[in-house]
Amino acid sequence: MSVTTENPAVPAVPPTEIADRIHGFVRARFPQVEIAPNQDIFAMGFINSLFAMELVMFIEKTFGRSVPNDELRIDNFRTVEAMAGLVGRLRLAVSDS
Amino acid sequence: MTTPIAAPPAPPSGALPTIDRASARAFAEEFITPVADVYDRAGAVPEEIQERIGERGLWAPFLPTRHGGRDLDMVTLGAVHEEMGRACSSVRSLLTVHTMLAWALMRWGSAEQIERWAPDVATGRVRGAFCLSEPGAGSDAAGIGTNVRPHKGGWLLNGRKKWITGGSRADLYLVFARNESSIVALLVPRTAPGVGVTPIDDMLGTRASLIAEIDFTDVELGPDALLGPSSFASGMVLSGTLDLGRYSVACGSVGIIQACLEACAHYTTHRTVGGSRLRDLALIRAKLSDMVTDVRAARLLCERAGELKDAEDPATLMATWVAKYFASTAAARHSSEAVQVHGANGMSTDYPVARLYRDAKVMEIIEGSNEIQRITIADEAFREVAQ
Repeated sequence: MSVTTENPAVPAVPPTEIADRIHGFVRARFPQVEIAPNQDIFAMGFINSLFAMELVMFIEKTFGRSVPNDELRIDNFRTVEAMAGLVGRLRLAVSDS
Repeated sequence: MTTPIAAPPAPPSGALPTIDRASARAFAEEFITPVADVYDRAGAVPEEIQERIGERGLWAPFLPTRHGGRDLDMVTLGAVHEEMGRACSSVRSLLTVHTMLAWALMRWGSAEQIERWAPDVATGRVRGAFCLSEPGAGSDAAGIGTNVRPHKGGWLLNGRKKWITGGSRADLYLVFARNESSIVALLVPRTAPGVGVTPIDDMLGTRASLIAEIDFTDVELGPDALLGPSSFASGMVLSGTLDLGRYSVACGSVGIIQACLEACAHYTTHRTVGGSRLRDLALIRAKLSDMVTDVRAARLLCERAGELKDAEDPATLMATWVAKYFASTAAARHSSEAVQVHGANGMSTDYPVARLYRDAKVMEIIEGSNEIQRITIADEAFREVAQ
């Protein structure tokens, strides 16, 4: 899969709320620690394949965009800010297509 | 106690048969239940019944219609797998591993891979198997020794997989192998040179599920063999595929409990002890009441996991862990009680409960042992309550 697809049934999230939504999801999964938006969650040792799958499912469900295989790079998921950037690019990819 | 299910109406001429719980039960009752013990003793689900499953569209009905599937929702798929588990866990096991490959293909496959494989996977013309376990690594996926490396623009695969359900019949293997520091998924046709298949007989349970050992010796694969991403995200292919397998096993375990309940209700109604029916004894009634309670609870857990899958909600992953743990342990417990209720008869081949007992034990081990599940569920508990 090299392209993203859009789920039109998912209401659009305002761009200003993207990072907050992602941050909220990550914090809910790890309530015992404070995680800053620019903090490397991989370096904190929390990531396993189960959480990685949950992250991808959350992004796809919340923002209505599939994450293509070539965007499943570690740097896209290191921080809340990086994930928000990924969502922004996926939105542009759909609107450009 | 048999769950009342209305017989499905006959489909109009030329129409595709309905796929739902009722039609799955009707199919199982006609073609599988009467001969499940025969399969068990013979050690194989015959090809004829596998072809009938294909004719009914049951191999991968959740695939999109444009790829030959039926767009079936996950809740209904779970009900179908429960009904197959109620009839024969070996048949359900074959559906499980085929489902896992089909789902992984649709979720992670490239457009080219989907176009090449999905139509035949949907109909069952190509049967799939899931190759993770090895002689030295089961639930410990990190211990995988099978390796793959870049080779002539494609891949070179070497290693050995063991306990592969459907392996002695499958046409296409979903193989997990180590590539440097990550575990990647590969689609490997059985016909690829270097693939060797050795059937494994005389297992304790799911004896008819065509289990095999698969050897890969210098198997050269094209670049299109890689399924999904490599690097950090490759573990997601395994996690997602196991999740669906776990869901199928959970639903199949519900079917085992239901079958135990029905067998015990029938047996204790007709068997007498001291001039009274066995069913009138309080201790027997206690066993059946626990079966009723647990089968309903397990079914609800499975349905919840299926609803979350249909909603593409990430909470489905943990919901499925919980459903599989609960349903499989309940199946093992109640199948043991079912044998107890049947006495010596329960240990013979005259009644189905011995098969159910042996099959139920398997459910506590496959798709992540229950010990691994308890560790994962406990981790979730601490996440939920940690302050």
